[in-house]
Amino acid sequence: MSILRFLHKPHNALESEGRNTEPQIGEKEYTCPNCHRTIKEGILEGNLWVCTCGHHFRIEARKRISMLSDEGSFKELFSSIESDDPLAFPGYREKLDKARAASGEKESVITGTARFEGMKAAVFAMSPSFMMGSMGAATGEKITLLFEYAMDHALPVVGWTVSGGARMQEGLLSLMQMAKTSGAVARHSEKGLLYLTILTDPTTGGVTASFAMEGDIILAEPEATVGFAGRRVVEQTTMESLPKGFQTSEFILDHGFADAIVPRNAERKLIADILRLHGERS
Amino acid sequence: MTAYDRVRTARSTQRPTAQDYITGIFSTFIELHGDRRYRDDSAIMGGIAYLKDRPVTVIGIEKGHDTIERMKRSFGAPEPEGYRKALRLMKQAEKFHRPVILFVDTSGAYCGIGAEERGQGQAIAENLMTMMGLRTPEISILIGEGGSGGALALAVSDRVWMLENAVYSVISPEGCASILYKDAAEAPKAAENLCLTADDALRLGVAERVISEEGLGTPEFYRTLADDLEKEIAILEGTDDLTERRYQRFRAFGRFNKETR
Repeated sequence: MSILRFLHKPHNALESEGRNTEPQIGEKEYTCPNCHRTIKEGILEGNLWVCTCGHHFRIEARKRISMLSDEGSFKELFSSIESDDPLAFPGYREKLDKARAASGEKESVITGTARFEGMKAAVFAMSPSFMMGSMGAATGEKITLLFEYAMDHALPVVGWTVSGGARMQEGLLSLMQMAKTSGAVARHSEKGLLYLTILTDPTTGGVTASFAMEGDIILAEPEATVGFAGRRVVEQTTMESLPKGFQTSEFILDHGFADAIVPRNAERKLIADILRLHGERS
Repeated sequence: MTAYDRVRTARSTQRPTAQDYITGIFSTFIELHGDRRYRDDSAIMGGIAYLKDRPVTVIGIEKGHDTIERMKRSFGAPEPEGYRKALRLMKQAEKFHRPVILFVDTSGAYCGIGAEERGQGQAIAENLMTMMGLRTPEISILIGEGGSGGALALAVSDRVWMLENAVYSVISPEGCASILYKDAAEAPKAAENLCLTADDALRLGVAERVISEEGLGTPEFYRTLADDLEKEIAILEGTDDLTERRYQRFRAFGRFNKETR
């Protein structure tokens, strides 16, 4: 590693990806992609997977819900729904198998209900290790079913987004999920129910351009990548150097597209306070 | 014709653009500018007009005819303001009980620093949500390229029609090829796999109708299209649960009763 590379602080987690510092199964120590310190798993676990330097590690959907909602309150819904290969896209089945092995999940999102300081909400969380949270038909279906369930049970929705965007191996059917999920969000909203999104690293593409940006209140974890077009694509198209902190949580807060940035250790309380302010009772 | 031949045809600068359709189909078109937020984006043009005797709102993504116009119109890649202008005109249409007819032709939403700063993703998302609940008939016609979310933002409609050589895709074949095969030259293979032709869209239920390109751009072609639009709008205006049906139309994609195939 050259000294320059060592000194270079990544603008965001996507940029630092090449350095192979993501948590790996079976390892007990992790290197922070921001400060390069080596940290024991137990310490990270106790600190909600946030490094002492403030870097928020990507975390798995199930872990996220269990860490940030009331202990043991998560009840999963729609767990049997999983992608098939609707277009018979070459190589897609193998990719799905790998994603399932890597994430331990059947699909890129998990859905259900959970409680925050006693208050019940419909919840979803997306999985970074399932094809980087890409949205296929099953992802869209689970999100849609969750909003329909929340509507029927008069529940607010709390959702953590992680996504590289629509899943190209499902072609147009994946694109249509943007419309489908948006329709479900709109209907839930018409009932006067609250939808709270928490944007986490990374939230991009078709998910940004649909349910991630449709919350009544939009929060973001610090320094998460949040944008529509990919950073590299913007760079190549415009041939301009990108402004500092381009497409980060702080950037979208500055430009008026998020309500607040919330560090992970403050999330549970903030979610609970927001639910309470909307009349939820435990 | 291979899928990639269709892509090339859809992109051809010889094809009629949205303003040709507007001139050919409607009368007394009055163009309305601006999103009332920031500026006017000329990649999208919109306004009010008559379809025969019926007042309608017309919105189209306009690529432009010659190089100068194409540059002015960002080659039909809308900025957030374009989508917000379209949204404003759609809400106006709802207020005055006018059907909305949309012409879609874009390689995708504009990709740039300013577009990101001004919330490209949020602009598209808001269109998707609003179109889904708009209480007036909407018909979208894909006349050339249907590039991903940037096209969908004007295509959450009761009917989606596609020209025979129009394409509609979640990602460009070049983009897909460079990600999956690490080589943009594999685009023809990617185009095949993406199922992006009008016939594919029809088979998947994404489009209701494929419009023959026989006589494309002739007065007769536009006359036929005007007749078809008029008939369809009459049907949609007679539907009392329009937004419910629209929701179910999109709700059906990937319902997981094995009927997605």
